[in-house]
Amino acid sequence: MPEKWTGKLEKVDDYRWRIPKSYKSGMRVDGLIYASEAMLDDIRQDRAAEQVANVAFLPGIIGYSLAMPDIHWGYGFPIGGVAAMRVSDGVISPGGVGFDINCGVRMLRTNLFEAEIHPKIKQLMDALYKNVPSGLGSEGKIRLRHGEIDQVLVKGARWAVEKGFGHREDLETTEEHGEMAGADPSKVSGRAKERGVPQLGTLGSGNHFLEVAVVDQIYEKDTAKTMGIDQIGQVMLLVHCGSRGLGYQVADDYISVMVNFIKEHNIQLPDRQLAYASVDSPQGQAYLAAMKCAANYAWANRQCITHWVRESFCQVFGKSEKEAGLELIYDVCHNIAKIEEHDVNGNKDKLCVHRKGATRAFPAGHPDVPAKYARIGQPVFIPGDMGRLSYVLVGTEQAMKESFGSTCHGAGRVKSRAAAKRALTGQEVLKELESKGITIKTGNLKDLAEEASEAYKDITSVVNVAHNAGISRIVARTRPIGVVKG
Amino acid sequence: MGLVAYGKSLAEAFANAAYGLFSLIVEPNKVKEKESRKVTVQAQDAEGLLFNWINELIYIFEVERLLFKSFDITEFTGQSLEATCWGEKYDPSRHQLKTGVKSATYHMLKVDGEKNRVQVIFDV
Repeated sequence: MPEKWTGKLEKVDDYRWRIPKSYKSGMRVDGLIYASEAMLDDIRQDRAAEQVANVAFLPGIIGYSLAMPDIHWGYGFPIGGVAAMRVSDGVISPGGVGFDINCGVRMLRTNLFEAEIHPKIKQLMDALYKNVPSGLGSEGKIRLRHGEIDQVLVKGARWAVEKGFGHREDLETTEEHGEMAGADPSKVSGRAKERGVPQLGTLGSGNHFLEVAVVDQIYEKDTAKTMGIDQIGQVMLLVHCGSRGLGYQVADDYISVMVNFIKEHNIQLPDRQLAYASVDSPQGQAYLAAMKCAANYAWANRQCITHWVRESFCQVFGKSEKEAGLELIYDVCHNIAKIEEHDVNGNKDKLCVHRKGATRAFPAGHPDVPAKYARIGQPVFIPGDMGRLSYVLVGTEQAMKESFGSTCHGAGRVKSRAAAKRALTGQEVLKELESKGITIKTGNLKDLAEEASEAYKDITSVVNVAHNAGISRIVARTRPIGVVKG
Repeated sequence: MGLVAYGKSLAEAFANAAYGLFSLIVEPNKVKEKESRKVTVQAQDAEGLLFNWINELIYIFEVERLLFKSFDITEFTGQSLEATCWGEKYDPSRHQLKTGVKSATYHMLKVDGEKNRVQVIFDV
């Protein structure tokens, strides 16, 4: 177990805590952690705050090395970290994105209500489990032609839609339209493609899931309505997954490239996992082009899964997609680096914003927010853990001003996976969830304990901090009634 | 999740780290030594070699679906290694996979040539 962190945290206000750059020689900016006083004990349990300080070493970092309220110990960068570097003289780091590039969440609405689906929830979960390949070692049912993977990497979700998985409208309500420009498949290794080909259209394992949820609370009625969240009791669907082995391999390949870069330039770092290259160097540009490919792969993946989710619903309830109202509300990614324009001391500057376990949260009227949401801001989904609530939020002006348009991404672990397994068996977790009226499907009961509620921070306290600090606003809340755990 | 492995030599510590990796993925006594596969890796230094060695094995498991159980390191320089790995193809009817290991990380990665001790944390 890592030792407790006893470093300096200065209170800025009830939701902001500063690690002054005087804490450690080499920090270029202060660290800033969004948290309530009650959460500090948990945060100090591991070395995540030290990682916030370490990220402040990176060249070109602007403002603060930020950590969202779901901060926990990561590799090199903390999970829940946001770091923005000037493109002109700053760096890009694969460790600041994470291994699962464009891990993300999408939410679909429906016209169905809990009472209608309740008698058939077992059938629905069986159908979802059967139709969406999941779990360790699983392979997909999509067969790509030789070389077709390059099309997936360039077109992302659009590739899937052109193949008949979903609709054009889905692209309108996906971050980056599910297709990041500048993706270059020649920068992705043959190995990454080999890993990606058989896994397209699979949920994966670990904390990835499909969730059937019910609207349980609406805080902003009009905002919710704009998203198609109309009433308490309405059924929603969440999909959480990423870029699978393709993304992991891209991360591996480029971490090695960056480790060589810092060696060649004789750069000393507190942690090799922070290895970077200048954004405008050939290495930095190559990583960015490859990372975009992995991001597009992840969007194609979630788009294919969305199609099977819709099919499953229609099969079980005997309704057409239109009758069931299965529309994509939005799709967000929470492991990514993006070149964005932000105000820096009154001037617009191009920044490379790393979000590792953090979600973009752009405000109403921002050009990158779909027209449909121009009035309310970008939807943000914060899934809780298997037994608990999830939240729908929107981005705010305040987020643009202080967190480079970013907010939290999930509950955040307080127990490592191994510790969670030691504390509870999968069978115990299954029983507990069933007693709460939640139907679970999984191919790996043993691993269920890893995702037990006890392993995570309380999601409500996490989103409350984001809301009270003003970096996003809570719109609605859902509770799970069925989960396929990958 | 991570591991610390020791050996009589650094090469043996690398072999034991590989055994540790696969013991996280699957119950080792369920894996038979039916076939072998030669593995060669290189890096600029010993830390890079450990990172590349672990990731090479994860890659082979994912693409060729080979589960390994024993590792005979036939050449080891600290910047390169050659190994013969013994194991068998993943068979879902006999092998229950335990943990999906995405990758080795450089975070807290250590290679100690004096104590023949290696340490690696995985992203799972």
